Amino acid sequence: MSNALEFRSVSVVTAAGRSLLSDVSLALGEGTVTAVLGRSGSGKTTLLRTANRMIDPTRGEVYVDGRKVNDAPLVDLRRGIGYVIQETGLFPHFTVERNVGLVLEAKGTPKLQRTKRCEELLRLVGLDPAAFSNRYPHQLSGGQRQRVGLARALAAEPGILLMDEPFGALDPLTRAEMQDMLRALLQHLQTSVLLVTHDLDEARYLADRIVLMSEGRLIANLDRDEFLQSSRPEIVDYARAYHRSRTSEASHPEPGSRA
Amino acid sequence: MSSKFLSQYGDQIATLTMEHLWLTTAAMLFATAIAVPAGIWLTRSPRWARPVIGMANVLQTIPSLAMFGFLLPLPWLGERAARIAIVALTAYALLPILRNTYAGIRGIDPTLIEVARAIGLTDAQRLFKIELPLAASFIFAGLRTATVTCIGIATIAAAVGAGGLGELIFRGVASIDNRLVLAGAVPAALLALAADGIMGFFERLTTVKR
Repeated sequence: MSNALEFRSVSVVTAAGRSLLSDVSLALGEGTVTAVLGRSGSGKTTLLRTANRMIDPTRGEVYVDGRKVNDAPLVDLRRGIGYVIQETGLFPHFTVERNVGLVLEAKGTPKLQRTKRCEELLRLVGLDPAAFSNRYPHQLSGGQRQRVGLARALAAEPGILLMDEPFGALDPLTRAEMQDMLRALLQHLQTSVLLVTHDLDEARYLADRIVLMSEGRLIANLDRDEFLQSSRPEIVDYARAYHRSRTSEASHPEPGSRA
Repeated sequence: MSSKFLSQYGDQIATLTMEHLWLTTAAMLFATAIAVPAGIWLTRSPRWARPVIGMANVLQTIPSLAMFGFLLPLPWLGERAARIAIVALTAYALLPILRNTYAGIRGIDPTLIEVARAIGLTDAQRLFKIELPLAASFIFAGLRTATVTCIGIATIAAAVGAGGLGELIFRGVASIDNRLVLAGAVPAALLALAADGIMGFFERLTTVKR
């Protein structure tokens, strides 16, 4: 089986000499979902950003569909990779439809086709096109914005989807809803997903493979079930720390949390 | 003002108003053509922002009558008063447009710029589809300030013989004729108010809700 995305001995060192990633190797099989777990600052976002060359590795290589990412024209590479982030990054001056169709617009797809594709995608992420196509981002709830962000990422039928804490800013109920939607959606698509999250439950629920990172290193890379049953101290530590934080979160709900 | 006064000076007021408009419009077109691209360029090379905006600031600080005086002895410019006026007005209009274009684009949420790059927009697409529309209300605010300033300073252009409504004001002052002063001052003020209103309309029109 060929790999949709592969990192080979990737290291990233900042100009100031700080090491963000050291010698990370990871391969994503086609159509699989890989969750990268880790605390803030563990390098998981940096790793994700080397895939669409938002960051270039200091050493090592990244391959998409067996081709080095540096060999493809940058713009083509990025248009072929879906990108979803916590802040959604929807453009406030565009309607939902224009946001969703933006990658296609950039590629020169005619408007009629874009509109059709946008309707298709909105239905796919659970939004009624008639009600949402002409809204602006400020007229949407957090969950709806995330859905639109996902629709935009899928518009050009990317082989790879990069998701960086996609549901991190949502309240627990909306987050669960979004996870259900994403899981159902991914079953229909042949997209390979790199999901960066600190949420062990999210990784468990969505991923085929779970990777754990710490201080710029990849310290575990296992099948989901192996990961969950693993007794390796670093995995057990992470799981324990995660569950402790969840318990305290439940007993002291954030006052300002919103949908 | 009596109707007799108006019938005597009406044509002149109209001609000078048109002249005033023409000087201002020409200067604004030049200034926009220079300052908007320059402002965009500065967002790409921010280390030039301080010196360049500083220079525009120096131009802005020169007293207007002195500015006209400086330009008067220059070879090609000095031959025609309108040329002097347009160059001077252009110089005054640069700063607000330049500063607002730069600040407007730099002020865009960095996440949006990042996403624009990450989803594969080309540099030109990012500029025209994302950055300029999101900075448009700032740019219009700069154009608004610049236009109003230009209309005001254009009245002084009459001192070097460039025409415009300042001519009536200067003549009125010289002949101690308040009606003549007002015949220049009132239309100039109305022009400034109208320009302010029109540019303000565009400013509000392009304001993006978040």
